[in-house]
Amino acid sequence: MATTEVERRRGQLAALSIAAVVIIIGVPLWWRTTETYRAWLPVSQIQELANLELQLSADVEVVFARGTVTPEQQKKIPLTLSQDDEHVVDEDTSLRYRYETRYRTATIMEEDALNQPTAAEADLSLHMLSESPCGSLVVYVVPESTSLLPEDVEVYIGQRRTALLRIGTQMRVGRTLDQLLDHLEPRIKKLLQLMSFSHTDITAALSDRVRLSPGNKESIADSMRAFKSSPGYEITFSLLNPDPKSHRLHWDIEGAVQTFIQPLLTKLEPLANFSIDSQILYYAMLGVNPRFDNSHNAYTLNADSLAHVINPVEARLGSNAASSNPVLNFLLYVPDANHSPLYIQDRKKQQVPSNAFHSPRWGGIMVYNVNSFYGPDVAFPVDININMAKVMGVFLAQLRLLLGVQSSTPPPGFLVAPCGSSGLADWELDRLMWSRSVENIATATTTITSLAQLLDQIGNIVINDNIAQQVSSAVTSLQLAVAELESGNLGFALQYSKEAILASERAFFDPSLLHLLYFPDDQKFAIYIPLFLPMCVPILLSLLKIASEVRQRRRDKQTKTD
Amino acid sequence: MRYVHDLQLLVTLTHPKDDFQEELVIRPLQSGDVYASFQFRTLWETDFMKGNKVSHYRLFPKSLGQVISKFSVRELHISFTQGYWRTMQWGQPFMPSPPGAELWVWFQDSVTDVDGTWKELTNVLSGIFCASLNFIDSTNTVQPSASFKPLGIGNVTDHRFLRYATLPREIVCTENLTPWKKLLPCGSKAGLAVLMKSEKLFHSSFHSQAVHIRPVCQDSECTTTSWELRQTLNVVFDLHTSGQGKREWSLFKMFSRTLTEACPLASSSKIYIDITDNPQVSFLHNILSLKIQAVVLGDRRTFSVYDLTEANTFGSMRSLNLLIRWKSSEGDMLRPLLHAERYVAGYGLQTGEIHTLMYNYHPFRSFPILLLDSVPWYLRLYIHTLTVTSKGKDNKPSYIHYQPSKDRVRPHLLEMLVQLPPNSVTEVTVQFERALLKWTEYTPDPNHGFYVGSSVISALVPSMVAMDTNNTKERPLFSSFFPCKEESSYFVRIYTEPLLVNLPTPDFSMPYNVICLTCTVVAVGYGSLYNLLTRSFQIEEPNPRLAKRIANVIRRLRGVPPLA
Repeated sequence: MATTEVERRRGQLAALSIAAVVIIIGVPLWWRTTETYRAWLPVSQIQELANLELQLSADVEVVFARGTVTPEQQKKIPLTLSQDDEHVVDEDTSLRYRYETRYRTATIMEEDALNQPTAAEADLSLHMLSESPCGSLVVYVVPESTSLLPEDVEVYIGQRRTALLRIGTQMRVGRTLDQLLDHLEPRIKKLLQLMSFSHTDITAALSDRVRLSPGNKESIADSMRAFKSSPGYEITFSLLNPDPKSHRLHWDIEGAVQTFIQPLLTKLEPLANFSIDSQILYYAMLGVNPRFDNSHNAYTLNADSLAHVINPVEARLGSNAASSNPVLNFLLYVPDANHSPLYIQDRKKQQVPSNAFHSPRWGGIMVYNVNSFYGPDVAFPVDININMAKVMGVFLAQLRLLLGVQSSTPPPGFLVAPCGSSGLADWELDRLMWSRSVENIATATTTITSLAQLLDQIGNIVINDNIAQQVSSAVTSLQLAVAELESGNLGFALQYSKEAILASERAFFDPSLLHLLYFPDDQKFAIYIPLFLPMCVPILLSLLKIASEVRQRRRDKQTKTD
Repeated sequence: MRYVHDLQLLVTLTHPKDDFQEELVIRPLQSGDVYASFQFRTLWETDFMKGNKVSHYRLFPKSLGQVISKFSVRELHISFTQGYWRTMQWGQPFMPSPPGAELWVWFQDSVTDVDGTWKELTNVLSGIFCASLNFIDSTNTVQPSASFKPLGIGNVTDHRFLRYATLPREIVCTENLTPWKKLLPCGSKAGLAVLMKSEKLFHSSFHSQAVHIRPVCQDSECTTTSWELRQTLNVVFDLHTSGQGKREWSLFKMFSRTLTEACPLASSSKIYIDITDNPQVSFLHNILSLKIQAVVLGDRRTFSVYDLTEANTFGSMRSLNLLIRWKSSEGDMLRPLLHAERYVAGYGLQTGEIHTLMYNYHPFRSFPILLLDSVPWYLRLYIHTLTVTSKGKDNKPSYIHYQPSKDRVRPHLLEMLVQLPPNSVTEVTVQFERALLKWTEYTPDPNHGFYVGSSVISALVPSMVAMDTNNTKERPLFSSFFPCKEESSYFVRIYTEPLLVNLPTPDFSMPYNVICLTCTVVAVGYGSLYNLLTRSFQIEEPNPRLAKRIANVIRRLRGVPPLA
């Protein structure tokens, strides 16, 4: 009896120690060796970014010229005011616009500059005096009697970052400074919205984060027209010659690009890199047959059929082999001799004066009629030199639209100086940079937060150190961009937001994320079960048996003591 | 104003920045098949080399131009071939190419990371041509030291900038032809390319399409350089089986199209018909044609030439359909002087031997050839068994370049310079062992076998007739592809058959079976050990026997006391 008891105890001890070995060594070993590598991600910081509070600060300087303020007002003048404007876009996103306004009187040199005969000259000489940094504005308040502005013009917006503001008629000398400022404020605010950023622009830029309420149709169309922000763009000019038998076309695209397009792109350099190329495509047809219109004695393409024009042409355009940046296509279509002249009609059955149209986020098409070259005794093929100034004028306007340079109509009383040789005023660039920075930040935050969510949900994905590094660099760039926006350094903010977008895309599209994604659990168990089941069942059973015996003995002992 | 206009035009016209030519050469073959070879050449006077970015394209396709400038390519040769060129039946091809896909590229010496650029380039090209060129990696890329010299200008010999790869398994079909046609300035809308109807082109014994880009000299003094893009398409139609045994062909019968115009952008557009072997051919149309003689591939051939840029070529019908009948084949085909074949010998799945046979049919001249063999790493070559014999005697190669393979990294590269004695067969043999692959490295149908690319034989073959060394005489475009520097010989490149080798293939459910089996074995061993360790053993009295138990049951029923 005693020996069997000893034997039983030994058996129980053996079972317990095997179970202990399995639990202490086996399970951690299995866990360690089958674990997927997941590098540390700054999850808390990403969550902070998911809750975006953007603050945009613009520095505004209001300069009073001589004759606009009384001496006692002047004594109080060097003062600073800051205005805050808060908007809650949705539960995760809120915006705050801060205008830091400094008021001062004009210096002697500025007075001299303001004494120039025309506003444009004044604008230029004010620019020579001091160059205001990117994102800031200077408003000169000029007296009522100034000769700079035409009669009915209240506000003149220059080519740089300056504007001239006529002090209103009802403003008489003797009021207090506060009243003066109150009087000026609505116009200054309007001016700011035109020259730096407006709430509609910024919410449109946030469209990646925030689902826009279907409100203003026009503004949505505007925001969908422009290309998404990208670190680079490829611009391709294509000359479509569907009838090389009758037309021998010559276009001086190199010269035209140099004179018309390059200045604008040089100006836009802080925004993105641009590369330009061109090609000639022969036998490239439009997708629709133009209808002959007897009343005009011409072929017409109506507005409804324009949507079908692009697809067959696009197959010929060829994708860009050298980069993955978005491509802006500009097509110049010279209709064949049998379908010439060809005019584009708008919805009101009127001929479009430019004979061109654009397709949102794709590019523009212009129809160039050459039937005037035919002459009375035409011998095909005709050599035709294309008037590039006419073509590039249209393409430049389309390019501005597609890049998101909005030429919104100024409110009454505002006069906008015609943009110079570069085709883009400084403040237009600033405006673009504001919305592009916000757009980049919005896109990068959504990319990063959705990546974090994805990684959180699918535990099988391996997170390399490389990805972790990209994510954290994206997060730091984002934080820097937000901070720079807050302190009003527009240039840096854009730079950091571009870096953030690059890093976040690189992390999101890294191929290493896909490796173990499709390792389903049922296959894992198909491999585990043949090994684990026969091993674990005896251990579990003997553990159960030991437990029940222990319980039995305790009960016996209790009955014995009772 | 108009005058100035015209003057400007005159200036632009006298300096053509680019030029496009097209030609079709048709040669009735001795076997009754018809060989049609299209060639389209675009010359573009520009300079990529100096690093200035060129981005305005006229006739040159933009996609290829971007590739050249982005990856700093000096020369690019790519070919897609379906079928094997039968040299002994068909003679020398105008543009040789191996079955499957072949790509070789010379990079400019400004490229620092050649391997990285090569990888990116193959990926981009695979997108452009809709082909599986992205399967080109380090395991099938070699750097030949002597066989592939640049064909354009520039005497580069540093083969660090050369990459060569073949995909013998690549299947060529319509999806490769469509992007290839798109590169032509006229597309398939006008000119000779109208004839390229894919259902006819791919219903043929041999189909090969290629793109060759290289820098060439614009003139004999080489004052200006230009890029040359040659697009070639070679087809052999098997009319003997489809044509009811009649020896006749027409453009319509071959391509199911006729020609109506030249490509308006082409400066020359010609059809050459080789009438050397059959001078008594009868033409259906009585169209004016020019007869020219040209020396191509070491042979003087007579062509009748149709110029499509002239309106009277098309006659009153406004369409050109050449129809030619000829009598049976009396004339002897000029036997190619150089011919090669290759096969795998041996049995079993462990070892084998590659035999390469090279025939020199020249009656009295011996000439050297360069043999290039690129063998995948899973055939482990025993280079010490390499033998070269001709006429029963050992023929020692004067140059051997051998780069051993590294498993899963790079293939074997074997290059040899061998002298072929006159009228002889030279045999190169080398033994190999078949490697066992990892189970994920097998192709989806491993029992089909594994392809080994063709070996390449490049040679300067002595010519029977004096070759043309000046390029001024009119002759078909294809004959100017390989540079010809001397009159006595011409350059030939021939490809042998690709090999199909069986590797030992496992049963692919094996890994799971192995897992189950080992787990069972482990579980059984572990179970008995566990039992031994945990069970308590005690002596039990033996059970009463079965008979006794039954007897006891019966006794109990009877009420008799049971047995003890």
